[in-house]
Amino acid sequence: MKLKKFPIGAAIGAALLLVLPWAPAHAADVSTAQDGIALSNSYAGNSWRQQMLKMWSLASQRAVSRGIVAKTKVVNADNSAPQQASQIGDLTLEGWKAIVIDAASPTALNGVIQQACNAHIVVVVFDSLATAPCAYKVAYNYVDMGEMEANYVANKLGGKGNVLEVRGIAGTSVDNDIHQGIDQGFATYPGIKLVASVHGNWTQSIAQKEVAGILPTLPAVNAVVTQGGDGYGTYQAFKAAGRPTPLIIMGNRQDELALWKQLSAAPGGYPTFSLSSAPGVSSIAFWVAQQVLAGAKVPKTVNVPLLVIHQNNLGAWLKAVPEGGVSTPLYSQKWTQELIAANLSNSAPPASPIPNGVP
Amino acid sequence: MGLPAMALIAMLGAIFAMQPRAMSYFGLTVLLNFTLPAIFAAMAQMAVITVGDIDLGIGPFLSLVNCIAATLLGGRPLLGWLSLAALVGTYSLIGALIQVRRLPSIVVTLGASFVWLGLALLVLPNPGGVPPSWLPALLSWQSPLLPLPVLASVLLAICGELLLMHTSYGVVLRGIGGNPRAVAHAGWSLLTGRMVLYAVAGTCGVAAGLALTGLNTAGDATVGTQYTLVSIAAVIVGGGEFVGGIVTPIGAVIGAWIMLLAGSLLSFLDISTDWQLSVQGGILIIVLGLRALNRWSGA
Repeated sequence: MKLKKFPIGAAIGAALLLVLPWAPAHAADVSTAQDGIALSNSYAGNSWRQQMLKMWSLASQRAVSRGIVAKTKVVNADNSAPQQASQIGDLTLEGWKAIVIDAASPTALNGVIQQACNAHIVVVVFDSLATAPCAYKVAYNYVDMGEMEANYVANKLGGKGNVLEVRGIAGTSVDNDIHQGIDQGFATYPGIKLVASVHGNWTQSIAQKEVAGILPTLPAVNAVVTQGGDGYGTYQAFKAAGRPTPLIIMGNRQDELALWKQLSAAPGGYPTFSLSSAPGVSSIAFWVAQQVLAGAKVPKTVNVPLLVIHQNNLGAWLKAVPEGGVSTPLYSQKWTQELIAANLSNSAPPASPIPNGVP
Repeated sequence: MGLPAMALIAMLGAIFAMQPRAMSYFGLTVLLNFTLPAIFAAMAQMAVITVGDIDLGIGPFLSLVNCIAATLLGGRPLLGWLSLAALVGTYSLIGALIQVRRLPSIVVTLGASFVWLGLALLVLPNPGGVPPSWLPALLSWQSPLLPLPVLASVLLAICGELLLMHTSYGVVLRGIGGNPRAVAHAGWSLLTGRMVLYAVAGTCGVAAGLALTGLNTAGDATVGTQYTLVSIAAVIVGGGEFVGGIVTPIGAVIGAWIMLLAGSLLSFLDISTDWQLSVQGGILIIVLGLRALNRWSGA
């Protein structure tokens, strides 16, 4: 009997073995252990980009040491689109399976990106995007950012008050989007008045100069909406003019968080919040590229939530951010998978990772 | 010319040895993608260096042509072509201005570079635009036997060599750079000569800008900036000299290839791209140094 049963069991087992590979397997099961992912970065000359590169190397080294991918490489262009295009051409020839790009121009790389796509290379763009349709885009929604700021300010002021807007570099899509969001947000609060706007260019010293220049012409200002990198300078301008400190939205820079903490120590505290894009978005772009290579279903545009810091986790973030730097988490493969799933199902994105051991 | 050619062959040999993929038709196309704008820019620079001048505005000029090609040329072709023709005319007038007022070209073309940049931003304030469809199609044309960048380089080098080195007026033009007094004495107009060469520079600049547009498939007002350095370096590395009268079209094309391939070679050697600009500048200094050494030992 046993002898008879055994072959049947073996037959079933063999049948299962034969069938299993054709069964609907998990989507992301293709091994990427032999693949290489390269980063083509348009510019490395400021602290945001330096931190972005650091996050990339942390994420990619972790992936290499765990055997998830075989190798990685970073090439920097000198803010020149033709140079970056040539470099992407070189990466195409070197046989990288995926190329991740922080672009020097939204349009000038489209030709060479298409060429890479034609050679069956996975192209992921992030931060400064390129518009080539074949590329996966890891994008922030900056209109949302403006709306979040406007809603927060309107609520805190009880729907009534004067607001100053500090904008970024004129003519960039980031500046236009945030401004549009602020306009949309305030549109539902007729009591809120935008009394002026200046261009602080995301730089503390410029923001301070511009705000100081326009302050004498303004009535009492209750709140300032900003774009990041300009909150500290705005505060300095108000202080120098001898005006009471308004509600200033912060932008995740170390000097802004330190200022916030210092202001909070005063009686009554200093209620505000801080938000910005995170340089660690490079680690999301890395994992998105890896997921595409692994055969996972990934939408052409992956929306990334902004990094928002509230009073309750201010201390933790301030401890993690380097002097003169920008707050950022290091995003993991698992977090990125959850983000992709949220994008596919149009549901809320996962909560931002907390800063533990982030340099 | 012999030395640059040998250097180029050595570089190509090294690249093919390290990256055999580059040896195919597709590989050469990718590797030499941006050759076309570079060789035309080098030709434009060479025309100006022929008379002992230097053009610091060629890079932004490329950007301007790029912006016009991505806006007017597609939407209103007649206006587009007219404005490109007007640009060539303006270049010729710049030559006339330099000749008549005896101004240093380095100052005039530096000033012009800001005019080009300003105009480019006026035409296209934000990157974008769409070039006429024939332009990208032309640039991605799969030419028979040899990839387009190789074919165009050979043709351009031969044409330039024939026109500048093997016609009697070419001799006159080079003479303006070498010994203007003798040329004037022989009854040739220095003004006409300079205007012709600057018009050639403008035409080559327009060709370079159009080629760049065809490759990028869109416009951007800052895209051409690096071509100022690349074009000057290409002419000098290829055997030209700043003193005027001593230029070689074939050398300029070879020089442009060397400057372009230097970046790829570094990449294939796995040397950080942070060194790229230093290497390009270093090549220039070494070439000039070797040349000086050569002259000194020959004298």
